[in-house]
Amino acid sequence: MNTSTILLAVAGGVLIGVGSAIATVVSGRIPGISGVFGRLFRPKYGDSLWRVVFLCGLMFGAVLTMLLFPSAAEYRPMAPLAWIPIAGLLVGIGTRVGGGCTSGHGVCGVGSGAIDSIVATMVFMAAAIATVFVIHHPGA
Amino acid sequence: MRKLILLFVAGGMFGSGLAMSGMTNPARVIGFLDVFGAWDPTLAFVMGGAVGSYAIAMAVFRRRWPASCPAQDRKGPISKRLVLGAVLFGIGWGIAGFCPGPALADFAALRIEALWFVPAMAIGMILSQRFLGADRD
Repeated sequence: MNTSTILLAVAGGVLIGVGSAIATVVSGRIPGISGVFGRLFRPKYGDSLWRVVFLCGLMFGAVLTMLLFPSAAEYRPMAPLAWIPIAGLLVGIGTRVGGGCTSGHGVCGVGSGAIDSIVATMVFMAAAIATVFVIHHPGA
Repeated sequence: MRKLILLFVAGGMFGSGLAMSGMTNPARVIGFLDVFGAWDPTLAFVMGGAVGSYAIAMAVFRRRWPASCPAQDRKGPISKRLVLGAVLFGIGWGIAGFCPGPALADFAALRIEALWFVPAMAIGMILSQRFLGADRD
């Protein structure tokens, strides 16, 4: 990791934080991605369009950035394809049971000083670190 | 209409930030989580930038447009449900290196893993919301 990686990481983080803050004010909701996406499957009248627009913006912004900057397009999968649906199911169930993901709890919740989000973030970080340890250091 | 344009721009900033900072690359995410291996601290800088800028931006927005901001709840309940959900999410995140935002970004970029991950995540969300109840929000 070099200086430009650190600068891009902080700049990217600021874009994520400010984008989340704008979405918070405009929607009047905490715009964690798991909640914005998950609630599309439990639609309430007049509550779906803003979610679709925000998520389309996310996908457009990501793909555009990948096309413009080769470093943003770097991609290396870390799990066999057979494990991916299991990981997806766990992330889907876990984020809806726990009420948030890396953005809802990790960015918005921690950024608001919410105790429950700080606890959730420490727990999912610890669980993820333990999982990576078990998978990538077998026999350790 | 103005609100929808602002939301598209906000989403665009979010997605651009994810890609720019390398968070759409599972290898970077797993590298951060692999604290006992060749640790890659990039994600810590992303989180620091995001948390700090969100806190500052919201302090400004709450002063400027107080009525538009959701109520600030700093003492939400720390329930078994919160902890159990976070554990399940963390395990899934550690297996594949995808959390919901980057998964959707890589889905749009047609990465084969994300094309499998996102439908599975949606099924998990639907099952959870149908049989395990909605979260507190």
